[in-house]
Amino acid sequence: MSLESQLLQYLFAGLTLGSIYALIALGFVTIYNVTGIVNFAQGDFAMLGALITVTLYQRTGLFNRVITVDLQLPLPLAIVVAVILTTLIGVVLYVLAIRPARGASVISLIIITIGLSIALRGLGLIIWWTDPYPLPVFTPGPPIEIAGAVLTRQNVWVIGTMLAIVIGLYLFFEHTLLGKALRACAVNRDAARLMGIKADQMALFSFALGAAVSAIAGIVITPSTFMAYDSGTLLSLKGFVAAIMGGLTNAPLAVVGGLLLGLVEAFGAGLLSSAYKDAFAFLTMFVLLLVWASGLFGRRLVEA
Amino acid sequence: MSTVNRKTGLPGRFQLADWITHHQNLAAFLALAAMLAILPLWVTNNYQRSILVFIGFNTMLTVGLSLLMGYTGQISLGHAVFFGCGAYITGLLTARYNWSPWPAIVAAAVLTGLLAYLVGVPIFKLRGHYLAMATLGLNIIFETVVVTETGWTGGSNGLLGIPRLSIGPWVLKSELSYYYVTWAMTLAILAVSLNIVNSRVGRALRAIHASELAAGTMGVEVDAFKLKVLTLSAVYASLAGSLFAFYLQIVTPSSFSFIFSIELVVMVAVGGLSSIWGAIFGAASVTLLGEALRNIMPRLVRGASAEAELLAFGLILVIIMIFMPDGLTAGVAKRLRARRQARREAPGRTEQSADAMP
Repeated sequence: MSLESQLLQYLFAGLTLGSIYALIALGFVTIYNVTGIVNFAQGDFAMLGALITVTLYQRTGLFNRVITVDLQLPLPLAIVVAVILTTLIGVVLYVLAIRPARGASVISLIIITIGLSIALRGLGLIIWWTDPYPLPVFTPGPPIEIAGAVLTRQNVWVIGTMLAIVIGLYLFFEHTLLGKALRACAVNRDAARLMGIKADQMALFSFALGAAVSAIAGIVITPSTFMAYDSGTLLSLKGFVAAIMGGLTNAPLAVVGGLLLGLVEAFGAGLLSSAYKDAFAFLTMFVLLLVWASGLFGRRLVEA
Repeated sequence: MSTVNRKTGLPGRFQLADWITHHQNLAAFLALAAMLAILPLWVTNNYQRSILVFIGFNTMLTVGLSLLMGYTGQISLGHAVFFGCGAYITGLLTARYNWSPWPAIVAAAVLTGLLAYLVGVPIFKLRGHYLAMATLGLNIIFETVVVTETGWTGGSNGLLGIPRLSIGPWVLKSELSYYYVTWAMTLAILAVSLNIVNSRVGRALRAIHASELAAGTMGVEVDAFKLKVLTLSAVYASLAGSLFAFYLQIVTPSSFSFIFSIELVVMVAVGGLSSIWGAIFGAASVTLLGEALRNIMPRLVRGASAEAELLAFGLILVIIMIFMPDGLTAGVAKRLRARRQARREAPGRTEQSADAMP
């Protein structure tokens, strides 16, 4: 393989990974904008979405094969049901854990969402055990070859899904009343409340939306990378790294951040060292945070 | 007894309160030391003694983390890194370079402290979520390095061949000897920390927690204090790591994962974010709970592994933070105090209770 086609190959891999990070970052940004909370469980929603899909789609032994679920739903139906279930889990977590802690300090809220994250990870372990689960590719067929590099059909699905969701969210936030109400909460929660927008409902809705988007991200990536109970943590961390490129509040920049992070990882793994793939993401984060924190962009990362 | 406190210039009543608080700590410290000294008389089983040793390690870690989180309000989700540095540096120096144990312990503590200081300078420019994620990122980087650099660390298989700890001519072999060494070190750390908390430095730290801006305005060098506490807590963690390495004679990356960092946060949260005594309680109760879950979980869910305890730890964190954000100890104490107050006020207002009201 020539160097050019190899670089193109890294580009495809980077954009695919980056699309997933972008989607998870969008969940972070949506929830943070509306509630001021960083939901560390964001990646665990991706894990739940994927593993629920697997369970509905194929014969799966749960609780260490004590219970066997044998629904064998068609894949599209399994995906829809899984996304709905994950969304409901997001709503339940909001109602049970986030709403009662309203007004708690930032440090308490961080600890709460981290607690949720490891609780979901533990639950995932108990239910699905440590096996990594695959899903079939959505549309089987030969990969697309471009200048000697290979773009699989699933890669196209991942990137396409990301684009569709970005466009869908844009239309939702710009052109629907609910979307506008959510944006109003992001701009000024008190003023939004004075306008008759129920901030609590909006917060609940932002968790539902964040969970749904993450679940979709987890489902589309599973055919290429597999999913296990502990995959959520790294997805959370990387989605967060992508989100901070947009200062946690800017959705378009978060998407760009996700794609950039994917590219850094793919090229770093390909050209430097694949073992240090995950470390690159966090080195990027440190550099970014420190550049930001030193005020180069006129922004201080201060939270009350 | 003079009527004016020499230090504060306030009336004598405060001096008395001060005196009692001071000696309360001393009395509690001595009681704890005495209890620990005779505890092995009852705990004779080696498995149970090993749990006590682990409670000691976790207490060293939790006391440092509680200083950092509770007293300066800086979150750290990467404390396992410092523990791991201590363990790996000690292991490398003794197993590969044939250093004797104590110089290796000191070298590990100095290097880990230095690392914490160097990491702290940039990282403390961050706040809240960013600091949390950056420290978590540290953990992932540490794990990646340890697993990848197999030539140094032995990778996932671990670093083998670490000798036993020795004091002079005596080589420590029994559970009991590690129990005493670990808890002697833990008590030393505890004494240092209690002194810090009840000193000028401790007041400065609490001021930083309350408001960094206000503390800075009052002349507290906020950044310098935060760095010092981080370095100190890293040195504590390194000491724990060194003993851990000698005790197990092998160090593997899984002992220092991000999950362990979270487990430490659970211990601090259970004990109360800003309570040194709470840190011991948190370390002991969470270690025991973890051990119990490790025994019970496989019975509840056939073949469930140790990591299933995550579910319980996660739920504990959430519940404590919602209902008792000051920690389990402080939360229970507050409720008891409220109940006692209610009972005292019930028979009618005595002079004493009226006096107690501001």
